[in-house]
This record gives sequence, structure tokens and C-alpha cells, in this order.
Amino acid sequence: MNIPHSRRAFLAGSGALVISIQLNRAFGQDAGAPKPSGPKLPGDLAKFPRLDAWIKLEADGRATVFAGKAELGTGIKTAFIQCAAEELDLAPSQITMITADTGLTPDEGVTAGSHSMQDCASAIRYVAADVRATLVELAAARLGLSVADLKTENGAVIAPSGTKLGYGDLVAGLDLHRDARPDIAIKKSTSFSVIGKPLARVDIPGKLTGGESYVQDMRPEGLLHARVVRPPGYGAKLASVDAAAVEKLPGVVKVVRDGSFLAVVAAREDQAILAMHVLEDAARWDNPVQLPKQSDIQNVLRGLPNTPTTILDRGTVGQPGVKGLRAIYARPYQSHGSIGPSCALAQFDGGKLTVWTHSQGVYPLRASLSKLLSLAPEQIRCIHTEGSGCYGHNAADDVAADAALIARALPGKPIRVQWMREQEHGWEPFGPAMSSQVSAALDAGGKLIDWQYEVWSNTHSMRPGGPGNLLAGQYLAAAFTPDTPKPIPQPEGGGDRNAIPLYALPNARVISRFIPRMPIRVSALRGLGAYLNVFAIESFMDEMADLAGTDPVEFRLKHLDDARARDVITKAAKEFGWQANAKMPRGRGQGFAFARYKNLGAYCAVAMDVSVDRQTGIVKIGKVVAAVDSGEAVNHDGIRNQIEGAIVQSASWTTLEEVTFNDKAITSRDWSSYPILRFPDMPDSIDVQVIDRPDQPFLGTGEAGQGPTGAAIANAVARATGARIRELPLNPARVKAAIGV
Amino acid sequence: MATITVNGKQHEVDAPPSTPLLYVLRNDLKLNAAKYGCGLGQCGACTVLVDKEPVYSCLTPISVLEGRSVTTLEGLGTPDNPGPVQRAFIAEQAAQCGYCTPGMVMRAQALIEHKPKASESEIRDYMAPNLCRCGTQIRILRAIRRAMNDMRTASAEAPR
Amino acid sequence: MLVRALSVILIAVAVVFGGFFAWAWHNEIAPVQPVAAGTYDPSIVAKGAALAAIGSCVVCHTQAGGPAFAGGYPVETPFGTVYGSNITPDPDTGIGTWSQAAFRRALHEGVTRKGEHLYPAFPYDHFTHANDSDIDAIYSFLMTRDPVSRQNRQPDIPFPLNIRLSAAAWKLLFLRHGSIAADMAHNAEWNRGAYLAEGLGHCGACHTPRNALGAEKHDEAYNGGVGEDWHAPALNANSPAAAPWTAEAAFQYLRNGWDAHHGHASGPMTPVVDGLAKAPESDVRALAVYIASLSGADDAAKAQRADAALKAAREKTPTVAALAAATTGSGGTDGAAIFAGACATCHRSGGQTPNARPVDLALSESVNSPDPGNLLHIILSGVHPQSRERGFIMPGFSASLTDTQIVSVAAYIRTHFSGKPQWTGIDVRLGEARRKTGS
Repeated sequence: MNIPHSRRAFLAGSGALVISIQLNRAFGQDAGAPKPSGPKLPGDLAKFPRLDAWIKLEADGRATVFAGKAELGTGIKTAFIQCAAEELDLAPSQITMITADTGLTPDEGVTAGSHSMQDCASAIRYVAADVRATLVELAAARLGLSVADLKTENGAVIAPSGTKLGYGDLVAGLDLHRDARPDIAIKKSTSFSVIGKPLARVDIPGKLTGGESYVQDMRPEGLLHARVVRPPGYGAKLASVDAAAVEKLPGVVKVVRDGSFLAVVAAREDQAILAMHVLEDAARWDNPVQLPKQSDIQNVLRGLPNTPTTILDRGTVGQPGVKGLRAIYARPYQSHGSIGPSCALAQFDGGKLTVWTHSQGVYPLRASLSKLLSLAPEQIRCIHTEGSGCYGHNAADDVAADAALIARALPGKPIRVQWMREQEHGWEPFGPAMSSQVSAALDAGGKLIDWQYEVWSNTHSMRPGGPGNLLAGQYLAAAFTPDTPKPIPQPEGGGDRNAIPLYALPNARVISRFIPRMPIRVSALRGLGAYLNVFAIESFMDEMADLAGTDPVEFRLKHLDDARARDVITKAAKEFGWQANAKMPRGRGQGFAFARYKNLGAYCAVAMDVSVDRQTGIVKIGKVVAAVDSGEAVNHDGIRNQIEGAIVQSASWTTLEEVTFNDKAITSRDWSSYPILRFPDMPDSIDVQVIDRPDQPFLGTGEAGQGPTGAAIANAVARATGARIRELPLNPARVKAAIGV
Repeated sequence: MATITVNGKQHEVDAPPSTPLLYVLRNDLKLNAAKYGCGLGQCGACTVLVDKEPVYSCLTPISVLEGRSVTTLEGLGTPDNPGPVQRAFIAEQAAQCGYCTPGMVMRAQALIEHKPKASESEIRDYMAPNLCRCGTQIRILRAIRRAMNDMRTASAEAPR
Repeated sequence: MLVRALSVILIAVAVVFGGFFAWAWHNEIAPVQPVAAGTYDPSIVAKGAALAAIGSCVVCHTQAGGPAFAGGYPVETPFGTVYGSNITPDPDTGIGTWSQAAFRRALHEGVTRKGEHLYPAFPYDHFTHANDSDIDAIYSFLMTRDPVSRQNRQPDIPFPLNIRLSAAAWKLLFLRHGSIAADMAHNAEWNRGAYLAEGLGHCGACHTPRNALGAEKHDEAYNGGVGEDWHAPALNANSPAAAPWTAEAAFQYLRNGWDAHHGHASGPMTPVVDGLAKAPESDVRALAVYIASLSGADDAAKAQRADAALKAAREKTPTVAALAAATTGSGGTDGAAIFAGACATCHRSGGQTPNARPVDLALSESVNSPDPGNLLHIILSGVHPQSRERGFIMPGFSASLTDTQIVSVAAYIRTHFSGKPQWTGIDVRLGEARRKTGS
């Protein structure tokens, strides 16, 4: 997750930082300067303490809430509504939630890193609580009563006599152009009527009945359809293109060329696609940059220059103990594989650009577009409009840049750019290939006495950022170079996210090796380094448990002091029916794994059983039980849905997925060449147990399940077959080779 | 000009005969449900029913639809009155980003009509052409079983 | 006189039948106790696995979605359906109590341990040519599989052929025992290929036409046949392929399921090439050398003809620009318009993703075949990789195209791409294909 500029400055203690938020709202509010001292407001409220940056009450008693985080298909919008409804004492149906719009909402950076609940939901609760208190104060003054006499319910302030003043009646006197009060009390869980109670997702009915729900559904008057022609591989330059024939095709409005950026615009979408193919055939490109050998990629990456940082140095490492083990774990490039390729709309009117985008960060995108187009940020508005699930930094920002460039070439016309499947698969920034080495030793009592971990990784974030991080920016005649990659520091981490185990290890050292050079385009994929690090650590914990002759669940509990960690582990094991040293028929095995996301976020434990087909090497997952602690649970079903999804997605990464490439280009360009798990491959069952922690801080959920699932699979396969596989994915060929005939 | 019948209504469409149905549905008829996922017949996000059978609308030129009936998600029910499969999906909250879901519902509709007593493995095999990247498959299976049950009960209770 | 003549005839008949029964009778070979899998030499087991892959044993002895080698797969013949038996080492329902000798007898003579005759749906007329040590290796492999308890399903064959003795009569007429003599005119690799193809590989079982009694016509070897309603093309001089089969092309096809001059393996060849991917490379090469030789010497001239065919085929594959110009707008039944709208998204030239592109249609065996059935199967059901494998995906069009439309586009493809005489009875063949696939 990229740390947004304003927060970085805040953490650096730069004092009074003026943030100019460009708002086009009629009220012309600005979000104000962050508080330099005093009790801290929660989440992003600390950065934007002005109440009217977050909320507006209408004369009809409805509330509009402005959240800087976006709905990515996780259901977060519904959770936000629940938070606002609870603290305002207003029915959820009376709340309009507006998300991520540089014209309307605060700059909450990127919706990523499982931060939305902590950063935004917390802020919404406090804002709503403050507003409710203000409404009560107003009512008290008007009724000549004391605040203590009044209560609020269902959008009205109620006096002991029964007199009701609806919020709409109080709006006239309401001044929210002030900072939130840090001493405002939010509700205690014992009085909840909305938070933690079931609420169906507000967006699902529309999506299931053909409502306009996605950026792909937008059809403004006069819309033109565009397609981009991409090079045959990274860095190839457009040598020549004879566009004459293309310009004559039915419906074609314009061929846009700027250096090696090539696109065609047409009246109908099918005409644009046809024209794109003809233009593709007509274009002549120089050679792309040579790519390394896929079969050798881990060695190639480890051989590149890297900067080591010791991120943990506890006790004295190098204790030999009585027995020890060393292992290397690796993961290939893997794709977001968004089911709907990225899409954006843009319109350039009178020097102002509007972009409708499913980017995770509308403000960083705006800043990047501003430099790409040499346009002041105030002249650009980026409005988040849902796309399909992105699972991190996919091509959303790139397509927005494409649309902006084409819109500039056709001022006054709304332009829609839709990436093709092959383009999304070929050009998105992947989850980086990475590897780690771990060695540990046991003492005579079977406990870990020594632990050394080293991880090699590229950056996991090349988000905009500079205009060179936008794909089109690299191919313009006046090309921009991508930003110098930088590691995301601990405790969040990038490639070293979750590289520090949560276990109580007396002597431990963790070294993070940051590799700047990126032979393949990479950025953030859900979980970042946590997927490989948890896979490695939790696989290795099982290997050490074996060495110690201890049941893997018991082994983990032996090394954990954290009570909440112990709780998810015991819960998952109990609900699964985990039997220590269970004897299972050949080819079947059970596996377990645990992690706390970033050692800061949600706790998640996963137990499962698998059967391995001896003839084919196919790993079939049977029963899965997970336990998750996300802090105070606002929407239990939302949490379950996210963890179920994490388990399925990780099962696909872990047993199948691998980006392929030859010396010239990415070769996995569609679902035939980049298969993912389908319905027949699904586990038999998934049961997610949510451990609610009322009144505890929100911990997020979206990325907690992937790492533990990966390791649980590898551990189950090891138990089922006796073969320990440390290289991802555990695809049929690799499993078959490991188990032999 | 081509005439196609979608959700029981005839439409005159001014598009070349080789135009895939998907773009006609979305752009000419302004129907949102069927989605572009791959255009290659690999993911099922574009699934609609033609004469009650699931097809990839991304690879079905409108020229082959004369005299045949096309059903999209919009034809199964409305926001105020969703059809039984839609209701089951909503009840089970069987969606995360929701992009693949209309294709799922259409394929499920065909499954339930053709094989109302399909077993779990038959359901999984039948739904195999449709991809979901968010990992909502277990809920989708639950929604399909729920819809099967609802529709079986409804037909049992239907007045004779 | 008459009585005497009759008695002579009766005695003669009795002698003939008696002789036949005596010949046809096989003893039961005593059951043996199954031994632990660990007692088998791992290198022999591995050898057996490779040979079983060449023999495609798992295909006919595994029900779709069922446990490997546990039987249940329906093998359809003109005389009824025979179900592949359970050849896991389960002692009650599988071959767990079969001795090595019993297993050898089954492959060489088509007789079970108990002495019952097996129907030639089990191609022992080919397996009879496999040598003892290879059969023993396959035995070791099977005996180390996981035992699965699953009763064998009795064949669906009408009277009187459901009497197993009828198989004995078939053997009397058609089963030729013995190993294949090495042909000194060819090298060791070719001879290895011949041994594998004629024996365990049983290629002729599909690729050679059969007589009315269901036996291969040896004088028409590799002249084309049928497998599961798919046409198995001629591999000899009558090969319909647009590009001749060179050894290299055959190797690529058999090993990887695809080659640039012929396209993707589909239908019943899909599981065959899946197995061959796991066989030793040298054996697959040997098979390729032998198979290629059936259609003429594998010399430079053949390779040149293959490349010329490739070049010509590429020219026939439409470019997007040509497709844009070609759409005629005459509506639903026009084959060219259907092709442009339904097929050309993938079946066109150009584009940057060659691995996602199918073979040039002019080269496709199914387009050049005398039987439209293969193309129709592909149009109906598409082409799909095995579960979780990376592989070419073509969707099926059984629902989106009507019968008239499929006939129309198939006829268009035949004319436009193969230049061979138009098929007759495409509509009838389509009906058969739909019935066969239930689509």
C-alpha cells in the first residue's frame, strides 16, 4: 500500500501542512488543516477534521456521507453506512454514501492494505457521533431542555414529553464547518442496533437486476468508444503505422498517435474493436526489451542488486539447538486476473478533465494525470465508479490515463476505453515473483530457540505516483520514466509484509532484501509480500513441528502469547474437528496455518483437509474451516464473504496460477493460458467463524486469509503424500513430480 | 437492420449482422446485465439464454437470432419483483464485486429448468464455464440449491 | 444310407464343436494373495507407468470423474457397450488376486484369471504383441495403485453375442499371436515405434477400418476408422491432412497435443496425448517416426510440402480487414456471415497472442477429413484442456447455432478452407453427433 503524500508529511511531523482539497461542491467546504497537537482523532479524521468534509444533512432529514475510500466490491460501502447509521441514530436507508471523488470526498489516499475500516469507518463513526451530539445540543437549546433529557431515535431528537424534532427540522441551525471534537463518545457495543447486526449489502440488488452499477455501464450522450493498440512487449517502440485504411473503416472517428501510444476511436464499440485489430495488423514495432528465462526467474531475481535491511534483530541468532532445518520458498509472478478488464470514461471540456475510474486512489491518480497532461490538479476531477474486483493495483489507473489522453485529443466528447482480455492479462502490473529462505533450530524441549529469515523481493507498489507509473506515460513521444521504486517500510511492509512471525522467538533475525530492478512489470497484489511470507513461515512451522514430533496446532500454541491469536487458532481447530496426529487414508491429509495480517491487522487461522489424486497430482480441497478476528465486527456476513473469497482465491493461486513469459513478452494472455480454479475445483465446504470483539478497534479483513490458506494447503499436501513442496504453485505437474509414481 | 427478440420484445437494430449480441444488448438496447469479460468464450460473464439455452453472447452474431428468443437477466425479473433465482442470490448475498453474477444467474436458470434435481457435482460441472475471481462460488452454489428448492416448492404448490 | 450319412455329419459337427470348445476352454489360474506395494521394484513400477501411459490404460479403465483404473468407462462398439473393468489391485472387485501369469494371459490371449473370454473391445489383438517384460512392468505398476472396491459392470450386448464364447470364435478368426518381427530395412527407433504402435499403443484400433465382424482389416491398415463417433483419419498414403505428417510434426502433436501444421488434438485423442506427455520422450519420438513413415518417407521433400501447405493455409486465414469487408449481411443462414460473427474472433490471422490463436483452419484435420463428424463435434462441444491444465479453449456452439446454421457454416468452412469436395449429408451427421453428445 502506498502511503499517501499527506500522511507521509504528517508522520514526518511537518507541522501546519496546508492541504488544498479541490471541491466543486456548492458549499465550497475545505477539509481544513490537520491538528498539530492534542488528543488524536481516529483514522483519517485526524488528517481531515472538518465535519462538513465528511457529512451533510439535508432538509428532509437524510444524511449524505462522503467517504474517501472506494467500494471495490468488498461490501465496504454497506459497512460504512452501518457505522454512520448507528452513531447518527438514523435508518440506513436514510443515508446516502458517496465514495472517492476528488470533487466531493476527503483525500484518503488509496483504498488498499485492508485499511478502510480503520481509516474511514472509524472517522465516520466519530463524525456521525459528533453530528448527533450537535443535533441534540441544537434541540436542547430550541426546546429549553438540557442535553441529558433528550434522546435520539430514527432520525429525530425526542424530548421526555414525547415531542419530536426531526433532524430535517434542525438542519437550518446546523454548522458543521468546524473540526470534530476529539472528546466525543461513540456508542458502546451494548447499545448497538445496526453495527454488528445483519444488514444486506446495499449494492447487490441493483447488480442482480441489471441496474447501472459499473463504470462499464455508463452511457452518456454522444459517447465514443476507443481501443488502444499495445506494443508486442515491454519497451517496444512504434516504428511505423499506416493508419489510412483504419481511418476509412465504418464508424471510425480518429486514430490517435503520440509516440508509441496508439489508439482508435469509433462511434460503436464493435467498430472500435474491429478497427483496433486492423490497426494492430498495420502497426510495425521495434523489438521489445528482452525478458529473462521464466524457468530461471528466482535465480535471476536473487542475482540482481538488492538493498538489505534488518527488520528484526532479537536476542543472539546462531543458536544451534539440538536439531535444525533450512528451507527456501518461492512464488512466481501472479496476476490480479480481474474478471472484467479495466475500463474508464473521460471527458475534456473547456480545459477541465473528468475521469470516471475504478482506480483504488482517485487523488493519487489525479496528481499523476496532472503531470501526464500538464494540467493543474484543480482542472481534473477523478470520480470512483465501480469496476470488477481489482484485488490490488491492476490496470485501472492505466486505462484512466488512456482515456484521459484520448479525451484530450477529442475535446468535448465523452470517451470510453475498455481494455481487452489479452491486454489486461499482458500488461497489468503483477504480484512480484519472490523467494525467502528460513532456518531455525529447536531446543531440547522441542521449542524454537533460533530463527533466521531472509526475503528477496521487488517493490510491491508502483502506483501513481509519477506519470511514468501510468502505462501510457511510458510510451508517449515525450515519455515519462517510471518512479524509482521504493520499499514500503515496516510495520506495513511490502515484500517483507508479514516477514516477522508473531510467534515468541527468543533469538530471531529477519532481513528484507529490496530488489529495485524489475524485469517484469509489478505492483500490489492483494496481501503483497504477506502471501509468500506467511506461506513460507507457516509451511516451515509445520516442518519444525514435524521435527519436534509435535502436532502442528499444538506447536503453534506453544509459541504464541497473543491471546487473540490463540483464540482464532483454537476456534478453527475445534470447529474443524482437528485431531492431533489423525491417521488418514493415503492421499488424504489435513493442514493448518495461522497469521495476523501485518502483525497489526486481522487474525486468521485456517484448517482444511485435502485429497491428492495420485494419477494426476491434482489437489482437491475438502472441508475448510477458518476463524477470523477483525476487531469489532460491523457486518459479520461481509467478513465471512471476504474470508471465503480469500480462501478460494488463494487456493487458486496456490494450486494453479503462474504468469508465463518468453524472451519477448508475457505469454499468459487469457484464461486458457492462465487458468484459474473453476466450480468443479471448489472445496467441498467453507465455514468461516467470526470472532467478534465488541468495542475493540477495527482491524480490516480483505487480505487476512490468503497467506494462511496457501500454507494450510501445502501442509495438508505434505501430510497426504509425504512430499513437502515449497515452490508455488502446487500445480498438478509439480505435485505429481513430488509424489512420483 | 436486424430484428431480434429480447425478453419478449422485438427490437430493430441498426448493426452489421456479424455484430456480437453482447454489444447490441449493452449499447443498442442499453441492458447492463450481460458483461464483457473476455470476448473469447472462456469466462461466461456474457451469458444469456437463447431459446432457453445458455450461450456466450460475445460470440453470438445477431445474424443467427432471427426467429429465436433471447433472455437476459433483465427478463427474469425487475428490481421490485426479482425472479426466483435472483431472489435466491440476493438472499444468500451470493456476490462480492458482482461482475460475474448475471452470467451465473442465467446459467443457473437454465440448469434449474433442465435439471431441477441436479446433484451437487452435476451443478458444479454445469456451472464450470462461468468464472468468478472474487471466490464467491460456495455462496453461488448455495443460492442455486436454494433457488432449486424454491422453484420446486412453487411448482408443487402451483394451482392445477 | 441316410442314417449313416447323418451320423457322419453329426459326428463331424460334434468333433468340430467339441474341438472348438476344447480350444476355447481356459483353466482358472489360482488366485494369489496381494503383496505390499513396497515389494515391487520402483524402477519396474516406473517403467510400467510409462508403458501404461503409452497404452492409455487409464482412459478406458476409468469412469469420468471416478477413481483411476477402477473401471466403469463405456466402450461403445457396433455390437453393444462394454465397460472397462476395475484393474486396481482390489482383491474382490479388481485384479488384486491375479498372478503375473494371469495378467500376461489376459493381454496376450484376452482371457481373465478365471478363464472367461474378454471381448475384443479390450484390444488384445494389439496387446498380444507386447513382450513379457513390458507386460510384467505394467503388472507391477497396476499392483501398486490404490485398490478401489467397485464392481465391474456387465456389458450391454444383445443375445447371442452376450455369451462370452462368441469372443472365442472371434479370436479363432482374427487373433494373431506373437511379437512383431523387426524390420531390418528400418532403424532401431522406427522399430521401437512399430513395436509400441502395433502393440500397447493400439493405434490401429481407431485408425484402421473394421470388417462386419468388428475386426481390423489388416490389408487396409491405417486407412482411417472410428473412435467414439469421431473419425480417426487415415495415417497412410490416404491421409487427408493438408500438410503431410513429418516425424517432427507427429512428435509435437503426440507430445504436446498440438503442432503448427495440424492443430490441436481433440476428441478421443485428447486423453491419448495427455498420457503421452508423461511417457518417455524417446518412446514418443519413436512412435512419431513410425506413424510418420506410414504416409511416406520422412525426407526433405515431405518437409517442404508441409511448409508449403502451412504457407498456403495462412493465406486462406482471413485478416480482420478482409472479414470487415466480407460480411454479406444476408442474415442468419449465410455461412460466411456466421463465420465472420461467431468464429473469426479467434479464427483469423494477425493479433499479438499467438498462443491463444487456433491453427489455420486450412490445415485442420477435421476440415480436410472425408467425414464432417469431427468438425461438427468441435463446433458443438468446442475444445477443452484437461482439468486445471493450461490449454486451448474453444467454446461449443451447440446452443447458439441452430442445425441449419451449423450445417451452413460447416459447409462454408469445408469449401473455403479445404478446397476438397463438399461433404454430403452434413445434416444427418449433425443429428448423429448431437445425439452422441446429448447436445
